[in-house]
Amino acid sequence: MTAEQIIFLIVAAGIVGSALMVVTTRKLIHAALWLVAALFGVAILYAILQAGFLVVVQVVVYIGAIAILFIFAVMLTRRELRDQGPQVRKGWWVAGLLGVLTFAGLSFIVSQWEGFSKLAAEIPADADTLGSLATALVSPNAYVLPFEVASVLLLAALIGAVYVAVKK
Amino acid sequence: MSIPLSWFLILSAALFSIGLFGVLARKNAIAILLGIELMLNAVNINLVAFWRYGTIAEMAGQVFAIIVFAVAAAEVAVGLALIISVYRQRNTVVADDLDLMKW
Amino acid sequence: MTFWNDPINFIAKWLMDVFSGWGMGEVLAYVITAVIGIVVLILFSMGLAIFLVWVERKVVARFQDRVGPNRLGPFGLVQPFADIIKLIIKEDLTPAGADKFIYNLAPVMALGSVILLWAVLPLASNIYGTDLNVAVLYLVAAGALGTLAIIMAGWASNNKYALLGAFRMVATMISYEVPMVVTLLIPTILAGTMSIQGITQAQGGLWFFILSPLGALIFLISAIAELGRAPFDLNEAESEIIAGFHIEYSGMKFGLFYAGELLHAFTFGGFVAILFFGGWRFFGLEQYSPLIGVVAFLAKALFGYWVIMWIKYTMPRIRIDHMLAFTWKFLTPLAFVLLMVTALLHKLLAGAETWIYASSLFLANIMIGWITVEILRAVGRRQRKAEEHKFEDVHALHPAEGHH
Repeated sequence: MTAEQIIFLIVAAGIVGSALMVVTTRKLIHAALWLVAALFGVAILYAILQAGFLVVVQVVVYIGAIAILFIFAVMLTRRELRDQGPQVRKGWWVAGLLGVLTFAGLSFIVSQWEGFSKLAAEIPADADTLGSLATALVSPNAYVLPFEVASVLLLAALIGAVYVAVKK
Repeated sequence: MSIPLSWFLILSAALFSIGLFGVLARKNAIAILLGIELMLNAVNINLVAFWRYGTIAEMAGQVFAIIVFAVAAAEVAVGLALIISVYRQRNTVVADDLDLMKW
Repeated sequence: MTFWNDPINFIAKWLMDVFSGWGMGEVLAYVITAVIGIVVLILFSMGLAIFLVWVERKVVARFQDRVGPNRLGPFGLVQPFADIIKLIIKEDLTPAGADKFIYNLAPVMALGSVILLWAVLPLASNIYGTDLNVAVLYLVAAGALGTLAIIMAGWASNNKYALLGAFRMVATMISYEVPMVVTLLIPTILAGTMSIQGITQAQGGLWFFILSPLGALIFLISAIAELGRAPFDLNEAESEIIAGFHIEYSGMKFGLFYAGELLHAFTFGGFVAILFFGGWRFFGLEQYSPLIGVVAFLAKALFGYWVIMWIKYTMPRIRIDHMLAFTWKFLTPLAFVLLMVTALLHKLLAGAETWIYASSLFLANIMIGWITVEILRAVGRRQRKAEEHKFEDVHALHPAEGHH
């Protein structure tokens, strides 16, 4: 067991534990905060995968914006300050069964792939992953079209959300 | 890096399944959106892991992950705006109670 | 590599030799040396926070034409220690119905998000925590963690006013993140890199304050709003919301919020110094020893902190709807226009001589500022004329009323 593997196992246990708390806890505000913990664990995973830019983007976009949106929405849509009654629907064991089946099915299908257990190549010391990511996002031979379409999508979402949520 | 790719793929499958359980089993509409966020994060882990363990010079994995970030943010913004608007009209966010269009 | 040229590596190597002499493995020695380095950095920033309490009280006293604490120790230097002792011996309350874990976690996260920033703040050319190549975005990410801590504090206090104060504070902070990120892109464009060491290296010729004074001003305004200091301090206004999100915190937990706020202000003063005023540079003298760079950086950061305090103790508070209108309708469009003009000029004049490049960027900034002021004056004039016409119509309707 190398040090990297131990760190990965600790982080993975943290992510899975936080995700389980997100879907099972009664108080909704605690669920939102456990989501923050899970998102932070995913950011650490990106750091293990040496995708440095995605670490900060994950924290800024997911934790700094989406999680705060969730917390605001939870606080604005409650009649009292407490949650009441059961928080899962009556057929929740069917959902649990479906979840387990999905997990088993996905793992089985992916394990049939011949590259399933490969180890990663080393990143050469002079590789500028940040620079080539930036070039890929704006180069016409690469991915500038999805990048611009994503910005139009965000503009549409901004206008739509403001229009829907404005009190008339 | 001594971690085999299979560990990342199994972790993301587990996260995806937990998110799926959250979407199917919770009553509150906001809790359903939390499950969707978990599923999107699982997809992102997969994309970045395949970037790292494949050709590092080929940036498609990271670019796709960035597009998924943008789509997730847009979806959460519009979804939560809709939920708040529905709450103002109907005073509830329990998904089972929003059945005006049922036949 | 002597002590004067490269203090951190010199001490690290010496420590690792000592540990190897005791028979430890190399990995363990490296880890322990790194942990000692982290602890020293945190202790330095916390010590600075104690010093900043004294600076704050002396400076606010001078702005208000009085002397400030001068009884404990020479010039009142022992006053912060008396404050700390007072906060520690206060009763540690937890309000009934509060969410205990979140209530106790919030001040820790608030202070932690500030100390995280010290990992990328370079005190000299080779005295820094780490050299991230996305350090500018890391600054925004640490701010996001601070925002989360505030809303956790407001929620966990089980108090309507705390929740309201936290909502307002978080709305302000996330609204002012937009012009802050856009103006952070300006030094990134001018230096060609997001790494803070790279930005400081690129200011060898001209400081970025000369190339983009309007950008520095917008960044300063957004930073003051991010900090939650006056004139954007609707959260802490006793006359409005009874101390906002930290109303239910007593004793040392409030001390953590307070020290965190002061240290955050100083850290942003440091970032203004690095991004726009050359950081640890001092007209070429810093090449003799990094310690001169440390003194230069701390002096510039203290100057930035003094400017932030000056604005706090001079301007009246701004209302929440005015605050949000100011950022969304004025600062964000202005920051975007500035970014586009800077990027265009930087690309067009990339090969030109330095004085053409610098003067055209400077003039572009002045032009944008002047055009903005002219637009504001025209809008203000139109509004005043509309109000005068309104009153004239009222007088025309009642001509025989005379003076009361």
